[in-house]
Parts: sequence; C-alpha cells; structure tokens
Amino acid sequence: MDAKGALKHYALVGLGFALMVAALYMVFIYVPTDKNTGAVQRIFYFHVPLAWIGFLAFFVVFVCSILYLTKRDVRWDTIASASAEVGVVFTSLVLITGSVWAKAAWGIWWTWDARLTATLVLWFTYVAYLLVRHYVTEDSQRARLSAVLGIVGFIDVPVVALAVMLWRTQHPGAIIFEGGLVPSMLFTLIVCIVAFTVLYFVLVAQSTRLKNMEADIRNIKDIRMD
Amino acid sequence: MRGSLSKVLAIFWKDILLEIRTKESVTAILVFALLVLVIFNFAFEPETATMNLVAPGILWVAFTFAGVLGLNRVFAIERENSRLAGLLLCPIDPMLIYWGKLLGSFTFMFAIEIIVTPIFLVLLNLPLFLPRLLLIIVLATLGFTSVGTLFSALANNIRARDIMLPILFLPIVVPVIIAAVEATALVLQSSPWGDMMTWLQIMIAFDIIYLVVATLVFQYVVEG
Repeated sequence: MDAKGALKHYALVGLGFALMVAALYMVFIYVPTDKNTGAVQRIFYFHVPLAWIGFLAFFVVFVCSILYLTKRDVRWDTIASASAEVGVVFTSLVLITGSVWAKAAWGIWWTWDARLTATLVLWFTYVAYLLVRHYVTEDSQRARLSAVLGIVGFIDVPVVALAVMLWRTQHPGAIIFEGGLVPSMLFTLIVCIVAFTVLYFVLVAQSTRLKNMEADIRNIKDIRMD
Repeated sequence: MRGSLSKVLAIFWKDILLEIRTKESVTAILVFALLVLVIFNFAFEPETATMNLVAPGILWVAFTFAGVLGLNRVFAIERENSRLAGLLLCPIDPMLIYWGKLLGSFTFMFAIEIIVTPIFLVLLNLPLFLPRLLLIIVLATLGFTSVGTLFSALANNIRARDIMLPILFLPIVVPVIIAAVEATALVLQSSPWGDMMTWLQIMIAFDIIYLVVATLVFQYVVEG
C-alpha cells in the first residue's frame, strides 16, 4: 500500500471509530428510553443498521459478480468474496440481536414471521455461497461459479420476500417509515446507520487487502517452485 | 429457431434413451419418494382432523427430497469419460444444452410425481381427481428444475457435490415450496380458484425469472 492509500485507509478507520463512539453515546445516553418496551428497545439502533448492512453487502456481491463475469477482472471477485463474508457476519448478528429483542418484546426467541424467515433464507443462501468458495480450489473456476451464485442468490431476495410476506407477517417495520419515531430516536438511528456503513467499508477494504496479499504470497511461492 | 429446437430435443432424447435403457434414476427415486411418504406418515400420524394441515407438507417434502436426488444425477451422468466436454465441443450454444438438460430433468421429475401423487392420495384417503393439483405440480416442478439444472451443473465442478447441491438448491426454492404447499392445501380444501391465484402467480413469476436468469448464466457454469 502506498502512502496515499495508507492515508485514505487510516482516515476511513478514524472516521469509523469517531462515528462508532458517537453512536454508542447516543444509543446509551442521549436517546430517551422507549416508553412501551423499556431499555431493551435500544438494541433497535444496532439491529436495524446491521440488517441494512447485510442487505447492502449482498447487493455489492451481486454487482461485483456481474462485473466479474463481464470484465473478468479478479479484483471484482475479491471484493465480492470480502463483501459476502462481512454480509454473513452481519446477517448472523441481525438474527442474534433480533432473537434477543424478540424474547424481551414478544416473549419468544423466534417466530416464523415474514422478515425473520426471509432473513434466515438469505443467511442460508450466502453461507452456501461461502461454502462453494471454500470447496472450489482453482481460482478462476471459483470466481466464475461464485459469481453465478452471487447473481442467482440475490435475484431470489424479492421473490422470497414476497412469498413469505403473503405467508405471514407480524414484524414491526412500517413504524420507521410512517414517522412513528420521535426525532431524537430517528437521529440516533441515522447516526448508527452511517457509523455501521463506514464500518462495513473499513471491513471490506481490510479484507480485500488481506486477500490480495494472500494471492501475492501464493504467486511468489508458485514462482519459486517453478 | 427450428435448428435450435432440434438440438435441444436431441440432448433431451439422449438423456431419455439413457434412462430407458439403464432404468437407473427414475425407479430408485420413485421408491425413495414413496418411502418418504411412508416415513412421514409415522412422523405425523395424519388423521382426518389434521389431514389438511399435514398432507400438503408431506407431499412437497417428498417431492423436494426426490427432486434433489434426481437433480444430482442430471450432470453426474456426464462426468464419466468426460462426456460433458464432448457435449460442450458440439457446435451449439451452451444455453441449448441447458434447455435440453432442463427438459430431461423436468420430464423425470414430473414422471415420478405423476406416479407418486395418486398413491399419496390413496394412502391418505383423499379425493383422487384433482386437476388443479396437476397444474401446481407442473408450475412447481418447472421452478425446481429451472434452478436445479443450473445448480446440478454448478455442483458438478465442486468437491462434496452431493451435499452441496441441496445446500445451494433448498434456500433458493423456498418461495416455490411455500407457494406449492399453500396452493395444495387450498386444493385439498376445495377452495375456489381465486384463493390460490396469488400462489400460482408467485410460482409463475419464479419460473419465468429463473428460466431467463439460468439461460443467461449457464454458459459461465460450464465454460473452461
């Protein structure tokens, strides 16, 4: 990494750190406690950004997969794989924070509600994506096959969402968009979403860099073997 | 256009002939599907009161599992003696190979379903003549095989392919499974056509989306 790249990297990390501290302050001190569900509602400020990042991450996988198949540039495959890993971690966290919140708010860990089911299906799809990446050893073949999966999997998202929505729904969702949040809560949520989005970019950039280094090392080893 | 159709049919006919002469896949998968029905009968003990809740689920779990087994074989038979390489060397567009294979896997799966369904209805003492169920089976099977044929080719390149196919396939076809189970439940309750329209529409939308997408991306799966 050159000096300019390093500067950019540390600026992004610094920005992420500052935003995360601000987000923590706002979630635990600034924002008022929810009158109906109490302190546990504060998990909402992590739960929603995590869900948003999960979705963003898989959308990035989708776009990078198309770019890889059309341009055949390894860079897109590396970004797709980094983004899928981050996406699976964040989606796992969505399922966990959601379960904790559901236990407190609804009295149950899990329910086969539309959004929960769709998130779980999404999680399975991208775990399968990572498994395929793990099982294929040859580089260009792995990039090709996982790009196909990145496209086919993401296209399923709206269909799954529609099917499970018709199947059943009990998740609170509309409240955010109908203006049911007081301004301080909405403001906190927005800061959290921005903080987590920066975190996502830091993680993907870091993971991409790591994968590039690994590829370099593999190449050097191959040259020495020859 | 007519040339394309005859090429698709040639690939389809090759698979059918192979199956007719060896009788390897269909018979075994048929027995498997029937066994799943019997096992679920023990697991759920469907009685008249709970029948409408349990029966559609039993039928579609049997079809899904049988489908995965069948789809595993769609490209597995091309692995020996590098037959797939031979197929790819033919001067035809890879998407025609996809359509030929799709036609084959649809036919095999449909053949199994058409035998299993009456047996299922008899075993559970349900009415036998259900033309609407036939429509659901056609739409769901098209959905299963459109994705499944693509994934069968994809899994063919992977280590642990037998286990990877269901792991890839099942999350993607969740909408089809939901729609097929719900629509079948409505048919068994003799609900009017209007009620099951939504579910049929979801399956039609899924079929169209995946037929188009799989046709477009299939060439990337088999290249190289």
